[in-house]
Amino acid sequence: MEKETFRYDNTIVRKFAFATMAFGIIGMLVGLTAALQMVDPMFNFLTPWLTFGRIRPLHTNAVIFAFVGNGIFMGVYYSLQRLLKTRMWSDVLSNINFWGWQLIILSAVVTLPLGITTSKEYAELEWPIDIAIALVWVVFGLNMFMTILNRRERHLYVAIWFYIATFVTVAMLHIVNSFELPVSFFKSYSWYAGVQDALVQWWYGHNAVAFFLTTPYLGLMYYFIPKASNRPVYSYRLSIVHFWALIFIYIWAGPHHLLYTALPEWAQNIGVVFSFMLIAPSWGGMLNGLLTLRGAWDRVRESAVLKFMVVAVTCYGMSTFEGPMMSLKNVNAIAHFTDWVVAHVHIGGLGWNGFMTFGILYYLVPKLWNTKLYSSKLSDFHFWIGTLGIIFYALPLYWAGFTQSLMWKEFTQEGFLAYPNFLETVTQIKPMYAARAFGGSIYIIGVISMLYNLIMTMKQGSFQREEEASALALTKNYEGHKGEGWHRVIERRPIQMLVFSLVAVAIGGAIEIIPTMLIKSNIPTIASVKPYTPLELEGRDIYIREGCYNCHSQMVRPFRSETERYGEYSKAGEFVYDHPFQWGSKRTGPDLHRIGAKYSDSWHFNHMMDPGSMSPGTIMPSYPWLFENDLNTELTAGKIRAMQTLGVPYAEGYDQIAVQDLTYQSESIAKNLEKDGLQVLPNSEILALIAYLQRLGTDIKVKDGQAAMVTN
Amino acid sequence: MEVIFLLIAISIVAALGFLAAFLWAVKTGQYDDDKTPAMRILFDEKKSTETNN
Repeated sequence: MEKETFRYDNTIVRKFAFATMAFGIIGMLVGLTAALQMVDPMFNFLTPWLTFGRIRPLHTNAVIFAFVGNGIFMGVYYSLQRLLKTRMWSDVLSNINFWGWQLIILSAVVTLPLGITTSKEYAELEWPIDIAIALVWVVFGLNMFMTILNRRERHLYVAIWFYIATFVTVAMLHIVNSFELPVSFFKSYSWYAGVQDALVQWWYGHNAVAFFLTTPYLGLMYYFIPKASNRPVYSYRLSIVHFWALIFIYIWAGPHHLLYTALPEWAQNIGVVFSFMLIAPSWGGMLNGLLTLRGAWDRVRESAVLKFMVVAVTCYGMSTFEGPMMSLKNVNAIAHFTDWVVAHVHIGGLGWNGFMTFGILYYLVPKLWNTKLYSSKLSDFHFWIGTLGIIFYALPLYWAGFTQSLMWKEFTQEGFLAYPNFLETVTQIKPMYAARAFGGSIYIIGVISMLYNLIMTMKQGSFQREEEASALALTKNYEGHKGEGWHRVIERRPIQMLVFSLVAVAIGGAIEIIPTMLIKSNIPTIASVKPYTPLELEGRDIYIREGCYNCHSQMVRPFRSETERYGEYSKAGEFVYDHPFQWGSKRTGPDLHRIGAKYSDSWHFNHMMDPGSMSPGTIMPSYPWLFENDLNTELTAGKIRAMQTLGVPYAEGYDQIAVQDLTYQSESIAKNLEKDGLQVLPNSEILALIAYLQRLGTDIKVKDGQAAMVTN
Repeated sequence: MEVIFLLIAISIVAALGFLAAFLWAVKTGQYDDDKTPAMRILFDEKKSTETNN
């Protein structure tokens, strides 16, 4: 048989490499802006678009989906062709994948600062963008699978298995978590409510970490570390065990984000058990990566690529040890809602994903431009300042997380909270926030030095658009096989079968089951819990728009330190009308679930206008625009109807009189403020927000020392 | 909370899909040889000259 000659497409790799570099810088600078705002809120420059609540989602989306996302495509499009000994199946699809992905990122850059958000973490983009993501993702998958089918290498190298799992699982997670009912082009409500929504969200959220930040990068690790060190992977068998064990266990770990919340305990425990088991495959993978370099450590000293990758894999090992530990309930009781979690994810983000990406870039650019790296002194500089950046970033936040958590929990001998004022616990750790911003800055300086180094490398080389290679074509049938009949047909089309059946079952099942299962099943178990009034609902949407959930939780855990500070602990039945849930994941400010009726309307008025006037030293920004903007009530009726569709029991025809009710309630709040001598524009947004805040958690609030009747 | 049954169902479907993929991989000999695949990826750079197996 004669060898076939073919050409690898390098232009698509170059495109994704440029996008990775550009969005890396942008995403990190947005992160730095957010970090600076935690030192002093003036770094939002008093604009709504740059306030922390809006740019924190922009930062997470930019670094996860733009920086790491483009990094995944860059590495996959490079390695897949070479591992399968064939060009990508379709250049057109490759380019649709590229431009489609960049358009999605661009739409995120526009919509998130405008406050167009679903408020579900790492899935904040609104429904039209969700659909676009699904389509582009399918294009990527189709291109990948067709390439696999047209391969000239029968054996699928372990990296490819990681890519396949990434595609299948991310598609599934994205579709299930993005079920939402559109109200307008820019606004939708989650299909799920309260506890349900929280569970689906963190099932998605944790697996986004698993299947977007981990499995594709492990695939890249299994390709690029052997290539860069010119050594075979330490144990190919271990890599296979690593792969199958990891994907089977990961999918169950999500509930560890909801420990001690209103989620039923058995579901929490499933999350704990599986999270803990994850240590084994994760460390198997880490050791396999590091031991690949056995006997070749002298090369690590000389190669920038390997240096970055070694630290990356080490960081992977640290986070995947820390993650299971944080999933233990007694550790989680301290870590949850604190900066410890932020430190943890940045060991993964800056260390594992960041350094792996840099390593791949330092490997690919000289190769694609057919030259040597411009300056190894500069890449050494990048390596050291980047490593220091990670340390200066993470250590202060570990310190801050521990300190604050212990302060929250400390009681005096008389049995009172030692730090009853939440703000005290914030001002205590402000210096740590400043140190974190410093760590982040020097990490970015390193990235800038890499950009310069790589651009100079490109200038001195010449880009190879295509690379010629040759290999034998694949024979049609696997010789060792003896199957017959229908089985044989399946075997000839194994991958299509896998993909189509999975997608079909997952989508079809979801569409059929979700409405029947969820909408009517949300029967409130607490009789006193009522739907939001139209004004409260609008106020809630403002709360979502401003991203308040990024700093404030709405989940009082059943600890004495929390019930003393905030009030009665949160019950599952209180959230049945919350589409989407707003439990939050971080307490930069205090929990708000029992904020209702705690302060006067005028306190909230003054606090939102100038938080420092009510709490000197606070790092919460002012929201002056809420006092100037007119509340838009055009969608109110539609929102009520959407809620009815989702099973919220508003009376039939209530949408017709909703705006009337809304005006009435907002006038009464305005009058209330007037009594305290505060002038407010009628119909301004602040009235809706005050209405919502005053309602929060009051449905079962314990009154006059009498416990409310709670059945849940 | 009913949603957990849905999530379990979907997770099991995904797991079964992966199980099918695993069985396919074993049956078609993907894992018969766990030495050369690790070596082979190191040799795909030399243009048109190397032998393919």
